[in-house]
Amino acid sequence: MALYSEKVMDHFMHPRNVGTIDDADGVGEVGNAKCGDIMKIYLKIENDIIEDVKFETFGCGSAIASSSMATEMIKGKSIHEALELTNKAVAEALDGLPAHKMHCSVLAEEAIKNALKDYFDKNNIPYDHKMYEEMDHEQLHNQVHGE
Amino acid sequence: MQVYADNAATTAMSQVAINAMLPYFDKIYGNPSSLHSVGQRAKEALDAARATVAQCLGCEPREIIFTSGGSEADNQAIISAARFGAKKGKKHIISTAFEHHAVLHTLAKLEKEGFEVTYLDVHNNHNVSAQQVKDAIRPDTCLVTTMYANNEIGSVLPIAEIGAICKEAGVIFHTDAVQAVGHLHINVKEQNIDMLSLSAHKFHGPKGVGALYVRKGIPLVNIIEGGAQERGKRAGTENLPGICGMAAAMKDACDHIDENMPKVAAMRDRLIEGLSKIPHSAVNGDLVHRLPGNVSFCFEGIEGESLLLLLDANGVCASSGSACTSGSLDPSHVLLAIGRVHDVAHGSLRLSLCEYNTEEEVDHILKVVPEVVQYLRNMSPVWRDLQTGKRQYIL
Repeated sequence: MALYSEKVMDHFMHPRNVGTIDDADGVGEVGNAKCGDIMKIYLKIENDIIEDVKFETFGCGSAIASSSMATEMIKGKSIHEALELTNKAVAEALDGLPAHKMHCSVLAEEAIKNALKDYFDKNNIPYDHKMYEEMDHEQLHNQVHGE
Repeated sequence: MQVYADNAATTAMSQVAINAMLPYFDKIYGNPSSLHSVGQRAKEALDAARATVAQCLGCEPREIIFTSGGSEADNQAIISAARFGAKKGKKHIISTAFEHHAVLHTLAKLEKEGFEVTYLDVHNNHNVSAQQVKDAIRPDTCLVTTMYANNEIGSVLPIAEIGAICKEAGVIFHTDAVQAVGHLHINVKEQNIDMLSLSAHKFHGPKGVGALYVRKGIPLVNIIEGGAQERGKRAGTENLPGICGMAAAMKDACDHIDENMPKVAAMRDRLIEGLSKIPHSAVNGDLVHRLPGNVSFCFEGIEGESLLLLLDANGVCASSGSACTSGSLDPSHVLLAIGRVHDVAHGSLRLSLCEYNTEEEVDHILKVVPEVVQYLRNMSPVWRDLQTGKRQYIL
């Protein structure tokens, strides 16, 4: 289908890092079933390094591809690098997403940030709370999709 | 194997239709409005096509207007009936909640102009009853417009009963029969239909051509102004190849309806039975009064677009009413109208068959769909929550 780039189709058809981590150090879930997309990210962190990452996604092709690409981009990286991952970088790594699907890359960024927040909270690690202020899903959803 | 199971979207053209069109590209290229012999040959073909279409519907040739398709026919029928009603002070219209957008958006436009529209509920059996229409009719009702059969969920409406009620009440009855023509027996006189819209590409005819049947005596409002084609009711040089292709496809479909209907319905029933075995799924649409080719399901815990992409990769072309496939935030209005909640409506699948499909293709669909549904459920956090009891099953 010409709807998506070859990269998107590759990550959709052969998603990397699908699954769960039973003893995850951080878990983040964003989205809701009503909107048709939910992403859940599991992180295994050792010495500030993301040793392992898994995802589960309910959503369209680009949501699954975005999850897959985002997990690939943070695997083996430091938590600081992971915090800096932007939706734009995910979309670019996928050779672009259709305009009305950019929301999916936003979800991937959010899910990772939420999983890291879970890790910080569990381990009493201080972090910049401002970073999580604009994480209202509905708001982002409407912002990205338009009317 | 590549299985095309999206015949409600469009169909492959039949060889009959293609052959019927070919002479009108080069040999008989005249303008039917021209007085010379080249033009008159084209005019003869146009008249013959009109007679064929009229015969298939059980009306007179002069009651047929050729259009660019079903949407234009719907627009013209509804706006014409509304204007006619308004002249007599009647500004109430009855329709249903699960009409095609060609109807719904036209009605929305009329509502802005001060018309009042009653949208009949379709929760019961995923259909409307003639009694609902009867109960909704008021002294100021000028039009009842209900589809003949629903494009997404396949419900076939009680058209003859609605027609009888409208006739008795003296209200114009229009039906969007885009999904029904060529697939179900239709006779506009016996069924008391005043106006009917149809589209050629839904029955193996060409795209970009359709027709509107209008009972004699109902004044039409022009949507396209210009020349005097179509008795002055639809301007523009006639799409003669398209019209001839449509007429041939329609005659072919109507001639073979008695053999195609049971054949297609048997494949449909096998699919519905087989896919019903997928746990936490539900069939959409009226199970008794149903288009022969329609199979519509909701599968809990997955999303429709990823389902379609994977089915396509496995050789099955289908469609879905999920938000991601509709290009909006909301899933299909039809699924919401029959009471499917958003969470479940996102996981919808429509397979639409025709007589070109085979039993082997049905076998292939029955093998592939459960596998793909399970694959997507295995990576779905929603499915995990359902299975672990964190979320309650809806289906």
